Amino acid sequence: MATIKVDIVSAEGEIHSGDAAMVFAPASMGEVGIAPRHAPMLTTLKPGEVRVQTEEGEEEAFYITGGMLEIQPNQVTILADTALRGDQLDEAAALAAQQQAEKALEGAADETDVAKATAELQEARARYRASQKMKGKR
Amino acid sequence: MAGEKEIRSKIASVKNMQKITSAMEKVAASKIRKAQLQMEASRPYAQRIRRVVGHLTQANPDYKHPYLMQREIDRVGFIIISTDRGLCGGLNANMFKTAIGAIAEWQEKGIKVDLSLVGAKAVQFFKRMGGNVLGTASHLGDEPSVNELIGAIRVMLDSYEEGAIDRLYVIHNEFVSAMSQKPIIVPLLPCTVELEEGELQEHWDYLYEPDAAELLDDVLTRYIESQVYRGAVENFACEMAAKMVAMKSATDNAGEIIDGLQLEYNKARQAAITQEISEIVGGAAAVSG
Repeated sequence: MATIKVDIVSAEGEIHSGDAAMVFAPASMGEVGIAPRHAPMLTTLKPGEVRVQTEEGEEEAFYITGGMLEIQPNQVTILADTALRGDQLDEAAALAAQQQAEKALEGAADETDVAKATAELQEARARYRASQKMKGKR
Repeated sequence: MAGEKEIRSKIASVKNMQKITSAMEKVAASKIRKAQLQMEASRPYAQRIRRVVGHLTQANPDYKHPYLMQREIDRVGFIIISTDRGLCGGLNANMFKTAIGAIAEWQEKGIKVDLSLVGAKAVQFFKRMGGNVLGTASHLGDEPSVNELIGAIRVMLDSYEEGAIDRLYVIHNEFVSAMSQKPIIVPLLPCTVELEEGELQEHWDYLYEPDAAELLDDVLTRYIESQVYRGAVENFACEMAAKMVAMKSATDNAGEIIDGLQLEYNKARQAAITQEISEIVGGAAAVSG
């Protein structure tokens, strides 16, 4: 029986890679089933389950939050999103970034422990230098 | 002259600091490896999506997506990726120098600059320097995710689509090796997709659902996001590498300070003993004399 190579990748890493007898994916226009030697196709995916059936009839399922589906006769690639997407959600994220910018540029810089540690180190260094100077005077 | 006790407590405090810096060095060293793996993990996605963009642009010569069109430049945008935390040597300072240089170059030509900042250090820096900041994203942690970057990227893409900015660049540190990182400026928009050799010769096309133009829009957005994400991950690897080196030299310096203080302590101790002996001898001489 013919198989088709399946790669499910996201920007943050590979999710699944292997051969399959059949792949089901939640395309934005309805679920598609992809068998080997499918015509080349490109479509968007909506949130849902991608099912990969192996030759032995075992089925593996992956939940994706959307993405792109690229089909070539012997290769299926799913470019999965790592977050829920949508124009409104993206705009909300943009708005949040803007607000964060305004807040960050207005508000006082937050003091971190690391910054304190740097200050302490500088103080110790200054003390040491001063003590060396005193030594020189003696 | 400082007393013995005072010097002893100074030595103890420097030793504590040395412990901290050497621990930070070890932590950074272990995180480099992880960050490098994350960098590698982002590669298959980037390759795939670049190929899809290539096919789409080639299949639709009539449809001109704004992301692919060169426009006259009136205003440019920069996404600047810095670290969230300091103590990583000159990593951020070098990058800001490059960024300021690039910004000044545009401003000399009378072109305005918009910024989107990633990382707390960039926010602090441009708060002092001034600049038109459209969006920020900070506190990404050890594993930056695309999710956290979307907002900061989206403000720039929106601005580009509205025609406010005509070029978009991302500035981040490039991981050359664990010992060497250098700031680079990567053009994002208008995006030019280079096709691999031989790809153009094949005359086949996809079936598109819903239609090619819409898909192109989605794919290009993700393509740009994946590039910025890669920049963020790479910058994190740079941060850890620079931190390791900086903390190593801090540990060494602390060692030197301890040596110096130890010497001073020994001298002070000896001086006290000498004084005591001379007092006793002097006293004894007075009694017997």
